[in-house]
Amino acid sequence: MSEEKKGFFGRLAAGLAKTRNSISNGLNSIFSAFSSIDDEFYDELEETLIMADIGINATMDIMDDLKTRVKEQKIKNPEDCKQLLIDSIVDQMHVPEDAYDFEKKNSVVLVIGVNGVGKTTSIGKLAGQLKSDGKRVLVAAADTFRAGAIDQLAEWTNRAGVELISQSEGSDPAAVVFDAVTAAKSRHADILLCDTAGRLHNKKNLMEELRKINKIIDREYPDAFRETLIVLDGTTGQNALAQAKQFCEVAEITGIIITKLDGTAKGGIAVAIQKELSIPVKYIGVGEHIDDLQKFDPKAFVEALFEGDKKEE
Amino acid sequence: MAFDSLSEKLQNVFRNLRNKGRLTEDDVKAAMREVKMALLEADVNFKVVKTFISSVQERAVGQDVLKSLTPGQMVIKIVNEELTRLMGDETTEIALKPGNEITTIMMCGLQGAGKTTMAAKLAGKFKSKGRKPLLVACDIYRPAAIEQLRINAGKVGVDFFQMGTDHAPVDIVKAAIEHAKSNNENVVIIDTAGRLHIDEEMMEELITVKENVGIDHTILTVDSMTGQDAVNVAETFNAKLEITGVILTKLDGDTRGGAALSIKFVTGKPIFYIGTGEKMDDVEQFYPDRMASRILGMGDILTLIDKAEANYNEEQARELEKKIRKAEFDFNDYLEQIKNMRNMGGLGKIMEMLPGMGIGGMNLKNVDLAAGEDGMRQMETIINSMTKEERANPDILNPSRKNRIAKGAGVDIADVNRMVKQFGETRKMMKQMSGMFGGKGKKGKFKMPFNMKF
Repeated sequence: MSEEKKGFFGRLAAGLAKTRNSISNGLNSIFSAFSSIDDEFYDELEETLIMADIGINATMDIMDDLKTRVKEQKIKNPEDCKQLLIDSIVDQMHVPEDAYDFEKKNSVVLVIGVNGVGKTTSIGKLAGQLKSDGKRVLVAAADTFRAGAIDQLAEWTNRAGVELISQSEGSDPAAVVFDAVTAAKSRHADILLCDTAGRLHNKKNLMEELRKINKIIDREYPDAFRETLIVLDGTTGQNALAQAKQFCEVAEITGIIITKLDGTAKGGIAVAIQKELSIPVKYIGVGEHIDDLQKFDPKAFVEALFEGDKKEE
Repeated sequence: MAFDSLSEKLQNVFRNLRNKGRLTEDDVKAAMREVKMALLEADVNFKVVKTFISSVQERAVGQDVLKSLTPGQMVIKIVNEELTRLMGDETTEIALKPGNEITTIMMCGLQGAGKTTMAAKLAGKFKSKGRKPLLVACDIYRPAAIEQLRINAGKVGVDFFQMGTDHAPVDIVKAAIEHAKSNNENVVIIDTAGRLHIDEEMMEELITVKENVGIDHTILTVDSMTGQDAVNVAETFNAKLEITGVILTKLDGDTRGGAALSIKFVTGKPIFYIGTGEKMDDVEQFYPDRMASRILGMGDILTLIDKAEANYNEEQARELEKKIRKAEFDFNDYLEQIKNMRNMGGLGKIMEMLPGMGIGGMNLKNVDLAAGEDGMRQMETIINSMTKEERANPDILNPSRKNRIAKGAGVDIADVNRMVKQFGETRKMMKQMSGMFGGKGKKGKFKMPFNMKF
C-alpha cells in the first residue's frame, strides 16, 4: 500500500509539474496578496474556481457555504479561509471505502463515455494493472463502430497479456458483450472489462444501445458484481455534467474516471458532478504510460485544483 | 435543460426593461449580469468574458432603442452583434493552391479531439470538390491510429500513405509529398498524434515537420466541449506552431461551445469547419453568427429579431394598423403576411429560432409543422387564383367565384370555403385587437400581426 501511494504521488507530482506553465492565477498568489477577507478577496476566489471548470452554479454554492462558515467560525485570516475551502471540497470528494470492491469480486466493469475521452486507453491501463495484481482479466471489444478501435484495444491487451473477446468492425456490440460474458463465466475470469463505442449523450439510439448492453449483462450474468465507470475528459467544461446526467439515465454509474489531467486543465467539473449526482471519482489519468491511471486521491486533486501558476504572467 | 432556464432568466431581466426609449446604465448592468452567467455556463473563458462584457456595456449604455424592438431585445441585439464580430465576420475556407500545385495541411491538437476522423472528413470534402487528396499517417504513437486512418481513407475513397511507426514524422511527410507528386495528388493532409500543448518534446516534433517541409496550413482541431483550458491550449499551439486556423469537433452534441469564442479571442485565427457527426460527410462550414447565438443560448432568437426588423418595416406596420382599424384588411394584406413568414424561413425556422425550443429544434417533434406549412402554401395558392377585385373586396366572393378559384388553385371548393372562413375570423379578431390598441395613438406598439412572444 505504501509503495503504491508513493508511486501515485510521484506520478501525480510529475504530471502536475507541467501545470506550472499554466497561465491561470492560482490560489496561492491570491492568499499572499490579501491580508483580510473582503469582497475583492472572495471575487478572486470565485474566479479561481470558475477557471478550474467547477462551473458557475457549483462555484456559487461553494462560495455561499464558505462565507457562512467563515462568519460562523469568525475566521479573519485568508490563510485559514483557504484551508477551510480545501477541506470542504476534499470532504465532498471523499471516495467511499467500498469504491474498489469490484477488484476483489467476480465483476463486470462497463466503461462508457462520449467520443475521444480515453475509454480504450483507460481500459488498457486498468487491464494491465489488474493483471499485475494477479487477477484473471478478460476484455470485451464492444466498440465495433470506430475504425481501428478493436486493433487499438488488441494492442493494449497484448501489452497487458490479457485475453480479448472481439468480433469484426461493424458487428453488434451487444453480441460481443454476450460472447464476452459467456467466456468470462466459462473461463472463470475474475474481472471482465467492457470497452464501448464513444457516443454523444444526446444521441437517443446510441444511448438505447447502451441500455441494451447493460440489460444483457444483467440477464446473462446476474451474480456478477457490477461496476459502471463513466470516462470524462478532464479538459471538458460544463458539458461533462450533461454527459454524466444522460449516461445515468441508461446505466447505473458507480464511478468516474477523469482523464488527461496531466495537461493544464484542472477537471473541476468533477466537483460539480459529485455535488449534483453523488458519483465518486475513482480514477484519474495523468499520462500515456500504463501506470498513469491512478486511484483517485481527493486531497491531491483538490490541491492541484488550486495549485496555481508559478510563472508570473 | 440548462439552456431553457437560462433564456428564461434573460427574458425575466428583459421584462423589467420594457417601455423605455433609451438603455440606461442600470438596465444594461442588470442584463449583463445574466449575459456573463450565460457565457460562463457556455465555457467561455473567464478572462474573455470579463473583457467582452465591459466592451459591450460601454457600447450599450445610452443607445436608443429601435422602435421595432423592446429594450430587452435591443440589449440582446447588441450582445449578439459584438459576439458575432468577435467570432469573425464571415465564413472562411482553407485556401487551396490553384491547379495541380500541392497544398499541405497538417492537423494538430490534444488527444481525443478528433484529428484522425476530421482528417478523413476533410479529404472527402476536398475530393468532392474535384481535388485529389492524400491522407498521411503520422500518429506513430497511439495504437492502431494508422489503421483507423487507413480505414477512413477507404471510406472516403482517397489515397493513403504510411510508413509504420518506426520513422520520424518529418521523414514520413517528406516521402508522402514525393508520393503525392508522382501520383498527381494535390492536397496532402497529415494526421499527427494527439499531444499536450505543454509537452515540449512532442511539440518539437511538429515544429521540426514545419521547419523542414513547407506546410501551408497548420490546423488546430479542438473538441467543442473544452472548458476553461481552451485558451491555454490554443494560445500555446498558436505560439509554437503558428496555426492557420481551427476546426471544432463534436458540435452535434449539446455543448454550447464557448471554447470557440475563447480560441478566437486568444488566437485571432479563423474557425474553418465544424464536425457534426460520426459519418464521413458530417463536416460543415462554420458560421460565426450561428455560433454566437448558440454560445449565448438564446436559440436563434437574434436572427429572428434581425429578420423581423428587415422584413417588416415600420411604415408597413403603420399602414396595416390603419387598415385594421378601418377593417379594410383584405386578401392582399393576408398574402403579404404569409410572404413575410416565408421570408423569415417558414414556420419551422421561426419555431426553431424561438428560445425554449432547444438546439436544432429538438422539442419540435410533436408539432406538426409540415401541416402548418402546407396550409400556408395552400392559402397562398388560393389567393393567387383570385382576381384583383376579389382580393381587395373579400365580401364579393360568391359560390360561382369560389368554384372558379378552387379550379384555378387546383383545390377542393371546401378548401376555399375554409380559407375564406379563416380569413373572416382573422379579420374579426384583428378588428377586436385594434380596438384594444387603438385610441391612444401609441406608435410602434402594434408590431407583428402573427403575434410572436419573446
